[in-house]
Amino acid sequence: MNETTLEIPYEIPAGAHNPVEPFLRMDRMPHIWCPGCGIGTTVNCFTRALLDSKADLDKVAVVSGIGCTGRVAGYARLDSFHTTHGRAIPFATGLKLSNPELQVVVYSGDGDLFAIGGNHFIHAARRNMDLKVICVNNLTYAMTGGQTAPTTPGKVISATNPYGVFEPSFNLVALAEAAGASYVARWTTYHVKQLSRSMEEVFKKKGFCFIEVLSPCPTLYQRRNKMGDGLDAMKFYKEVSKTRHGAPTSECALTKSGEIVVGKFVDRERPDYFELLRAQMTETLGDRYVEPLREQEEDVVCSC
Amino acid sequence: MHADPKGVLTGVHFLDGDHACCEGTLAAGARFAAGYPITPSTEVVERYASRIPTVGGIFIQMEDELAASIAIQGAVWGGAKAFTVTSGPGFSLMMEHIGYAAMTETPCVFVNVQRGGPSTGLPTLPAQADMMQARWGSHGDYGIIALCPNSPQECFDLTIQGFNLAEEFRVPVMLMLDECVGHMTEKVVIPEAGKIEVTPRRYTKLPPAEFQLFEPREDSVPDMLRAGDGYRFHVTGLTHDERGYPSMNVETQDRMVRRLQDKLKPLANGRALCETENLEDAEVVVVSYGITSRVAQRAIQLARKQGVRAGKFRIISAWPFPEQRIRELAGRVKAFVVPELNLGQMVYEVERAARGQAAVIPVTHAGGTVHNPDSILKAIVEAAR
Repeated sequence: MNETTLEIPYEIPAGAHNPVEPFLRMDRMPHIWCPGCGIGTTVNCFTRALLDSKADLDKVAVVSGIGCTGRVAGYARLDSFHTTHGRAIPFATGLKLSNPELQVVVYSGDGDLFAIGGNHFIHAARRNMDLKVICVNNLTYAMTGGQTAPTTPGKVISATNPYGVFEPSFNLVALAEAAGASYVARWTTYHVKQLSRSMEEVFKKKGFCFIEVLSPCPTLYQRRNKMGDGLDAMKFYKEVSKTRHGAPTSECALTKSGEIVVGKFVDRERPDYFELLRAQMTETLGDRYVEPLREQEEDVVCSC
Repeated sequence: MHADPKGVLTGVHFLDGDHACCEGTLAAGARFAAGYPITPSTEVVERYASRIPTVGGIFIQMEDELAASIAIQGAVWGGAKAFTVTSGPGFSLMMEHIGYAAMTETPCVFVNVQRGGPSTGLPTLPAQADMMQARWGSHGDYGIIALCPNSPQECFDLTIQGFNLAEEFRVPVMLMLDECVGHMTEKVVIPEAGKIEVTPRRYTKLPPAEFQLFEPREDSVPDMLRAGDGYRFHVTGLTHDERGYPSMNVETQDRMVRRLQDKLKPLANGRALCETENLEDAEVVVVSYGITSRVAQRAIQLARKQGVRAGKFRIISAWPFPEQRIRELAGRVKAFVVPELNLGQMVYEVERAARGQAAVIPVTHAGGTVHNPDSILKAIVEAAR
């Protein structure tokens, strides 16, 4: 890439820095995301949420799959795992189960989580595994050049549906609720405050939590569909978004240019995987049940 | 260090290979397993599921083999020793994450109780046709370790050794059972915990500022970390530098990929595991592994009775292939006879290592049962002529 100099029309005070910098691997900047892409905005919200929730950052792990959003793990200055395509959730499941004190955040895209990884998503939700899943939904496979995703709305032109998408698409929030998620919300990258607050909320909530974030892809999705640039996407989100907390998720399906219902749709109490495991084992085995893992591992470390 | 007594079922038992393998995982310190049911391997995790709640650990039945084979790696980075168990069709699905484990140098164990293939094949009957898949099944260049037990006792012993090697070399280790070995029941002696050697994970002692997750030590193997300890490390399946950061350049790729293979060289040479008999005067050496080695034993005895100087070379560590030993033998024997329950897989490795210095004769079998010793005997006798 050619180096360009940006003209900034105001003075930056000496020593100033972006408050989110400590959360990022600054030695990996610049990132790979395109101008106008919304993933960076979501990462900003994520770091804000970490900052505001005063989380112990040594105990937060980020797990990503493959794709543009899959790169988030690489930029977050946390224990971070860039796994295989679609498998962030089962990796995160193993990580959480072997090290329950970790706050495990799965951060990935719509294609990764709902096409190749769709089965893992519904099963982790069914188990109410204590994972916080953030899905950046740009309605397309962006990293590979703008192919149709299970989320791409009808009539959209994509690299693999050059005459328009005709397959019905997934309504992710309805899917998450039906599969058993404890918390389900949707925002767009226009709703930065609300998104940060939602993230903060899920950090404090036990069980499987899902946040969908609609995010622009000007390079592929919008260009092909003559939908303008990143700024146009923001205007579009502002114009068509309607906040309806508690809205029935079945009524929140997305279309190419119709209303986007945002808000927190589900926030319910269900025992999570660990609670269920412990309850069942204690009921059946009583005192013979041994709590898993962590203590043992300490022994291993001490004795070597 | 020694095994944690909590997991060790010390005593003399009558166990099948699958159950013995399970006891091996517990003795080795595996406190996490993820699996997906598949014949003839499921008994390993069925037993684990019943044992682990009183030992202290997790078994989770995942939604498929893709999930099981990556969940164990999440568990490893969380600090556990972990494994999964499968058979042919599931092994095919796990290839994705055998590659990921090799690339990210995640120590873990894959147990494959082999059955007849291809595809769904013979779910309840033996084969040894996944040997090449174990070595080459995932894309790209990498190295793995594969061990081939031929009895329930060895299923126990080699499972422990497999976990130890995984930690030592930071690689995925395959335990290549077959349906016969998995389902045969024999005496299995489980020693006291204090007599079982267990290799602990080699965690770094360096502080976060000085440590790089993929900076190899003198043995070409980097030290480990686990999540939550304040190192804020990054692991990726992309080509990465010593820091673990993606690096899309030819030099990094070359350095990384060569090391992934080269770190296993000691096992191809001096440390290869094998069992030999009558090699001193042998003119024909039968090279076999797993259940086939027990049929070969009979054929070798019969050949000796007929006056043919037959010897035994049983492969225990199949990958890396024990190249040096075969090459040495090739210089002084007439022929190698290689029976296997496939249409010819490890025989190609024998041929490669022999470098034309000895004849190499396959005794193939499409699987479903074991060889008749006579077919191996016939090959031995003809080779000696």
